This record gives sequence, C-alpha cells and structure tokens, in this order.
Amino acid sequence: MSRPAQRRPEYHKINRDLFVLTYGALVAQLCKDYEKDEDVNQYLDKMGYGIGTRLVEDFLARSCVGRCHSYSEIADIIAQVAFKMYLGITPSVTCNNSSRNEFSLILDKNPLVEFVEELPAGRSSLCYCNLLCGIIRGALEMVHLAADVTFLQDRLKGDSVTEIGITFLKKLDEKKYRRKK
Amino acid sequence: MADAVLFEFLHTEMVAELWAQGPDPGPGGRKMNLSVLEGMGFRVGQALGERLPQETLAFREELDVLRFLCRDLWVAVFQKQMDGQRTHHQGTYVLQDSSFPLLVPMASGLQYLEEAPKFLAFTCGLLRGTLSTLGIESSVTASTAALPTCKFQVVIQQP
Repeated sequence: MSRPAQRRPEYHKINRDLFVLTYGALVAQLCKDYEKDEDVNQYLDKMGYGIGTRLVEDFLARSCVGRCHSYSEIADIIAQVAFKMYLGITPSVTCNNSSRNEFSLILDKNPLVEFVEELPAGRSSLCYCNLLCGIIRGALEMVHLAADVTFLQDRLKGDSVTEIGITFLKKLDEKKYRRKK
Repeated sequence: MADAVLFEFLHTEMVAELWAQGPDPGPGGRKMNLSVLEGMGFRVGQALGERLPQETLAFREELDVLRFLCRDLWVAVFQKQMDGQRTHHQGTYVLQDSSFPLLVPMASGLQYLEEAPKFLAFTCGLLRGTLSTLGIESSVTASTAALPTCKFQVVIQQP
C-alpha cells in the first residue's frame, strides 16, 4: 500500500519539478550575481561541465551502452537514451556536414523551461539552458571525446525551435586516459 | 530514479560553486553563502508547495502539517520518509533523517562534518518555503552529529 512505486502520480511530477524549479532558482541567483549575460552563460556551462563529468558514470551504469563506432552513433545515444533517461524527452538528431562530425539536437519540448514564459527583461542574450551544453561537453570529455557544444537556436530567444549543436573535435589521446576495466 | 540523480548532482554543484563565491571566508561570509542557498531552497519550496494536491492544504493541526513534511513531502522529494519526528515544546519540532540522501554520497561518520551545513541549507529553505505556502511562518535549521544522519529543527512562529 505504501510502496514508493505506487506513489500517486502528482508526487512523481513533484520530483521532476524539483530539478526544474531548482534550476530556475539557480539561474535567477546567477542573474543577480552577474550583470553580463555572457558571464551567466559561462557559469552555467562551467557548472554543467562539472555535473557532466560525474553524470556520465551514472549514465553508463544505468544504460549499459556498448562501444560506439561513429560520432553519429554517439549523437543518437545522447538524444535517444540520455535525454530520455534524465529529462524524459527525445530530441531529433541531424548531421550538419559531410565530414559527419557536426550534429544538431532539435528539442521540440524542453522541460527545463516549463515554468519560463520569456527571458527576464534586459537578458536577451541569456542562454537559459546552457547547463545542458556543459553537461554534454563534460560527459563526452570523460569518454575521451572533445567537443564544442552550444545553442544554435533557442525558442526563448524567439527562434522556432531549440537546437543544440555538437561539434566533435579530434579524439583525445586515449593512451593518457586508458583505465583498467 | 534518474530525475532524483539530476537534482542531486545539481545540488552538489550549487553547493560547491555558491560557496566558492563568498568574498570573505570568515564567519560573516560563511553565513551569507548559506543564506543564498537557503533562499534558493525557500523559493523552490514555495513553488513546490503550490503544486501540491489540493487536499493537502486543508490541514487542521500543526502536527498534521509536520507529519505531511516527514512523509509525503519527503517521499515526493527524496523518495523516502523521514525516520522520526519529535515535539520539543509547543511550536518546536525536530525531524530526523538517519540517511539523508544529500549527505549519503559524501561520507559516513565524522569525516566532512564541517562541510555538512552547506549541504543542508537548501533543504532547510525548502522546508521553510513549503510551510510558507501552507500558511505557516517558521524558521528551519539543521544539524548533524554524524553523516548521513541529520536533524531538522522547525520552529513555528506563533502569530
């Protein structure tokens, strides 16, 4: 009768809301502390990076994904497994160049902005969800993949979709980071 | 649960970063940074309070409210109930969690005891914020004698 699995649905939503609301409070606090949008964006990216470096272990433990053989496989896993697992959404993936190292994740829904109607006044360059870019970047680096991750489009800024661009840079030297299994 | 993990990681990062921001590591600076975290927790607690099912808002007695915090709110937020609740004297309650999820990853025992308050500030604010939405003004402090056990002291302001 009182097993957590049978918890009423409202409480499950509260759990997801907790992360989204806490994130909102964080962005609000950073806006108070930093005048320039670029500084807030950078800070969010940096915090995301810290989270990503640890989140990747949690992800690998939960998902048991095998070794990937291409950047496009990795982009698919980020969109279809990781985003689904942590945020409950599945962005679509497109490849942007013929060398197949630039990808976009198109977010149709974005739970992080559920309670955000528009950017605060005077904050038109704020990348509200920049934490996500840092998380992806940090996680990839932990598996020896250097990448640039930025927002290419943002619905909060008036674009029609929210788009995260991932550009894989050359592979980090594996020898340095090889760990015993 | 994956959602809970995201919150836990975000909370850890917030504690690390908002703490590091303090201009002055002395006692004054320390208080200020904990109040930043507590203030954020308060805002979130208020917002969470507003999303609670309607029937929870019709509490008759203070004790019902405290029970709600220990059981329903704690389960919603941390997927477990608190272990105990005691009333010290009218308006003062001590809520105990012997395995507080935000302290569990840190350590067990006496290591990092000094760091523990930073990890409790947000949750104190959360409790205070939720109570505020339920129409109750309070002050909430937390203490820990050994990780991951901690106690939240809720003092209800009499009108």
